[in-house]
Amino acid sequence: MTLQEKLALLSDAAKYDASCASSGTTRRHSADGKGLGSTEGSGICHAYAPDGRCISLLKILMTNFCIYDCAYCINRVSSNVERARFTPEEVVHLTIEFYRRNYIEGLFLSSGIIKSPDDTMSDMVQIARTLREEHHFRGYIHLKTIPDAAPELIEEAGLLADRLSMNIEMPTDAGIKTYAPEKNPDEIRRAMGNVRLRKEEARNKTHTGRRAPKFAPAGQSTQLIVGADGANDATILKSSTRLYASYKLKRVYYSAFSPIPDSTASLPLIKPPLVREHRLYQADWLMRFYGFDADEITPEPDGGMLDLEIDPKLAWALAHREAFPVDVNRASRENLLRVPGFGTKSVGRILSARRSGALGYGDLRRIGALMNKAKPFIVARDWTPGSLTDAANLRARFTPPPEQLSLL
Amino acid sequence: MALPRLGLATAWRDAARALASNGVRGDDVNWVMADTEAGLFDAPDLPLPPPGMRKVAVPKTFPALAEQVCCSRTPGAHDALYQLLLRLQHTPRLLTNRADPLVRKVEEMAKNIRRDRHKMRAFVRFREVTEPGANRRRFVAWFEPDHRIEELNASFFARRFADMDWAIVTPEVTTTFKDGTLSFNAVASVPPDIRDDTEELWRTYYANIFNPARLKIKAMQAEMPKKYWKNMPEAVLIPDLIAQAEARVRDMRETAPTLAPARARRILDRLPERSLPSGETALQGIEACTRCPLGQMATQAVPGEGPMDARLMIVGEQPGDQEDLHGRPFVGPAGQLFNEIAAQAGLDRSTVYLTNAVKHFKFTPRGKRRIHQRPSASEVHHCRWWLSREVSQVAPQLIMAMGATAALSLTGNGKGLLKRCGKIEETLEGIRVLITLHPSAILRAHDPATAAQYRAVLRRDLALAAAMLRSTDNDSSIH
Repeated sequence: MTLQEKLALLSDAAKYDASCASSGTTRRHSADGKGLGSTEGSGICHAYAPDGRCISLLKILMTNFCIYDCAYCINRVSSNVERARFTPEEVVHLTIEFYRRNYIEGLFLSSGIIKSPDDTMSDMVQIARTLREEHHFRGYIHLKTIPDAAPELIEEAGLLADRLSMNIEMPTDAGIKTYAPEKNPDEIRRAMGNVRLRKEEARNKTHTGRRAPKFAPAGQSTQLIVGADGANDATILKSSTRLYASYKLKRVYYSAFSPIPDSTASLPLIKPPLVREHRLYQADWLMRFYGFDADEITPEPDGGMLDLEIDPKLAWALAHREAFPVDVNRASRENLLRVPGFGTKSVGRILSARRSGALGYGDLRRIGALMNKAKPFIVARDWTPGSLTDAANLRARFTPPPEQLSLL
Repeated sequence: MALPRLGLATAWRDAARALASNGVRGDDVNWVMADTEAGLFDAPDLPLPPPGMRKVAVPKTFPALAEQVCCSRTPGAHDALYQLLLRLQHTPRLLTNRADPLVRKVEEMAKNIRRDRHKMRAFVRFREVTEPGANRRRFVAWFEPDHRIEELNASFFARRFADMDWAIVTPEVTTTFKDGTLSFNAVASVPPDIRDDTEELWRTYYANIFNPARLKIKAMQAEMPKKYWKNMPEAVLIPDLIAQAEARVRDMRETAPTLAPARARRILDRLPERSLPSGETALQGIEACTRCPLGQMATQAVPGEGPMDARLMIVGEQPGDQEDLHGRPFVGPAGQLFNEIAAQAGLDRSTVYLTNAVKHFKFTPRGKRRIHQRPSASEVHHCRWWLSREVSQVAPQLIMAMGATAALSLTGNGKGLLKRCGKIEETLEGIRVLITLHPSAILRAHDPATAAQYRAVLRRDLALAAAMLRSTDNDSSIH
């Protein structure tokens, strides 16, 4: 099989991983002329595919052979897809040559499990080590970690890579048991806990006063598949809240269950719930940056699902009119963050701009707030919403008009 | 004022400083680019005035903002920047007011520059032109930025591609990096004609990483507008990928599931039974416990720890954040406090079997932290099954119940703890239990006096336990 054929197979098999982030790691560069690559805090998306997803990293599997049988996965042992395996040199070659042409920020290496978790993990670590030590590659490396691999291997992976990730995929333990019977949710949690502990350890100085080498400086992340099992949004968001709090994850990715070639009868293919996925990301943002709790955004009595027609913040505001209108010239940061149409940036700007004088409607627009969304919920120097806040038809103003039936 | 194409930001800064120090008003300055626009006005370019009397001061964030906005091709950018500089002289905090129309205008321009700069970093595509026998590899890229950002962006590429020679050619400026040295040349250029075979591999990757079931063309174009496509080798694939997407998804959906290959069964049958790291614990099977829902929330069950023939068993409430991650009891803040007080009381932790009434950590997630939650009576009740196994296997002479939850689990009663401290009761199995406080009560005490009082109680009771064990040593008739 040629390198090109392998690349086709092993990138096709890797695309169900949503993560392509290359941000948030330590700053490095190669201005000393002895190596290749740099990282500067914010990531770079070097291309976008027609699925709207950013291509920042060379995201490939080392191999798509796998001894596990996870129903949702294209690479499961019971699938008849064609199999291939890169040699470590091939992965290194592709990474370096793509990087030199400015196609990518680095490598995201994942793999099917071959022989044993330890064998697989050790081959992956070997690739990262060659990149870092032989080629002095200073770009970004994301390694998919195999939870049941030996701790020494995960230790080495963390010292070489910028980010480690372990995908939970199913939001509940029961879902994992049903669809990924060879995986063990306990083991994944334990492995994530170990990565957190190891990262915290690296923050302490050693007894000689030197700084310990950085461990996975861009943190760890995971992915949950949306829409494959019956888990509702409340369950999914509670699960990610727990993961953020327990293991200090940088990100939880939500991936709408998407058709795969040669699917299994136990998990029928669906149209990927892209809007639902989008709403989950919005909700995730609200929980991490806007001070919302999962319970507030997905009230269980309403079936625990996010509103697909309007964003979760607007949905919350419409259901809690008693908290509005908010006076933009007096309200606290916490309350401003709850106003639909105000992002974290706008709120920061409002707080500093209002020191120069009371803000009016036009000021807020200039600041960058989305006033069409915000206006029923705020009071400004020259604006009061009057009865708009409590208007019965307020929700209808924000929902898309019903689709007109075509005559043809 | 005429501004040069290269060294533009520095030239603007020097000129602006000189003009502002002489009190020149914004309306009296006409900023133009030396090469192109100057001719339109036919005004002779005046030499810069010598520095004037006025002090020109700017906030810390202004120089970076000015450097960006100087690159802008937006008409009036340099004028707006100069106006802003003048206003900053009497309103130093002006930049923090994003509601101000001029600040907004200039910030908006700067944002466009940053976007242009970012897109250049993203979409520049190098092609290899290494000559045979050369000791450094050489690459050339063609790029068409919206603004005059070549100099602003060059150091980024120099930091990144330092071990190779490269050139980035734009219609107006050629940036060259050779043997570690960066140089600029303002010269008009056209796209070079270079072939690079690696582009075929890159196109293969691009085509295969695309998921046809998630077609979102608008999202792609918002981030990668069409104007960039002509210089990106992968973009030629886009129309076909879009056109075929629907049929590909339909095929996937309509293809009937195939039978698993024969090797699948063999491989699955050969998978080793997972050995759980339960080690020396008395609690075989606790990892898989589903007696209560806590197991799914926590990282792991934390079994007790200590000699299996310990004469003293100490029972706490439940593992905390650190215990949950380490899988060992009493290693977090409360555990450290316990060690300290136990040592003061003359009790050696290594001789004690330490465990908890509930084996999983119960918490409420709050942001990046987990807030401890007291286990419910039913959770305590369910977990008593595991505690009973520990009690029967270790068969201690004395048990210490630290805190209300431990007391509830062991004696069936968790109430009125303070009054019961230091007293001996009996477990449901009939073993002697010494009731005392949990060390976390000291950590959570509202005031130092209460904390000191609790600490004294715990120390007294630990010392009492140690003494009771010593007395059984002397009087072997007591079981």
